[in-house]
Amino acid sequence: MITCKEVTHLISEGHDRRLSLSERIGLRLHLMMCNGCRNFDAQLRLIRKACQRLANGEAPLDPRER
Amino acid sequence: MRPPASGSPPSDDPAPETYRDYLYRFAVLQLRDPHLAEDAVQETLLAAVTAKSRFAGRSSAKTWLTGILKHKIADLVRKQSRETPLADAIKVEATRESDEFDALFRQNEHWSSPPRDWGNPERALENKHFWEALEDCATLMSPAVARVFMMREIQGLSTEEICKEVGISTTNCWVMLHRARMSLRLCLEQKWLGDGAGGA
Repeated sequence: MITCKEVTHLISEGHDRRLSLSERIGLRLHLMMCNGCRNFDAQLRLIRKACQRLANGEAPLDPRER
Repeated sequence: MRPPASGSPPSDDPAPETYRDYLYRFAVLQLRDPHLAEDAVQETLLAAVTAKSRFAGRSSAKTWLTGILKHKIADLVRKQSRETPLADAIKVEATRESDEFDALFRQNEHWSSPPRDWGNPERALENKHFWEALEDCATLMSPAVARVFMMREIQGLSTEEICKEVGISTTNCWVMLHRARMSLRLCLEQKWLGDGAGGA
């Protein structure tokens, strides 16, 4: 069983490279059982989404837009 | 027939100048240098005026201006990477045995303070406090971590491209991106959600 710390690396690297099959399986099994890591996963997805909005000029950076 | 050049950006779109503050914040987030950011914005607004005819109203003026600015920033970051290389700082940071995130885990590497549920992501993205916190937290990242993160997430470069430009190994690049995300999420959880209930 992989540890939560290892999972944070796998989830992060999953945003930058294609994970191997065994990495994906290990990750999926862990996420099924670990609430904290599921939240971590969702948080990184949100951060990526926010950055995409930023990159597309769709983020309310100017306080007047908020 | 193409409509006359003077017709765009669409008349209902505010003048480029309206976006100066936004563009500046966008630039300084990535360049971390007020003067460079100011110059990049100035050049962008200038380019916007001269290139107005090519803006066919396909996107919003803000998106269009962000696109121009992104190119300018990419050039400047390339220049920064040559003039103030961060490769050594990155190598040091990436090979540290322990890091500031160790405290998040127990001895057995499982969470001691598990990440919380941030709720509906769409609602977060509509939340002004979320964006305030994101801006603050991005500013708090170390320069080396921030440069790699912005190249990846804002400029959309691949890890291979980043490695080449910054002069680091792929593994170090992944380590830096992991560190960036760890620090951002931790900082967001503290600044945006605080100790109390949800940030919405």
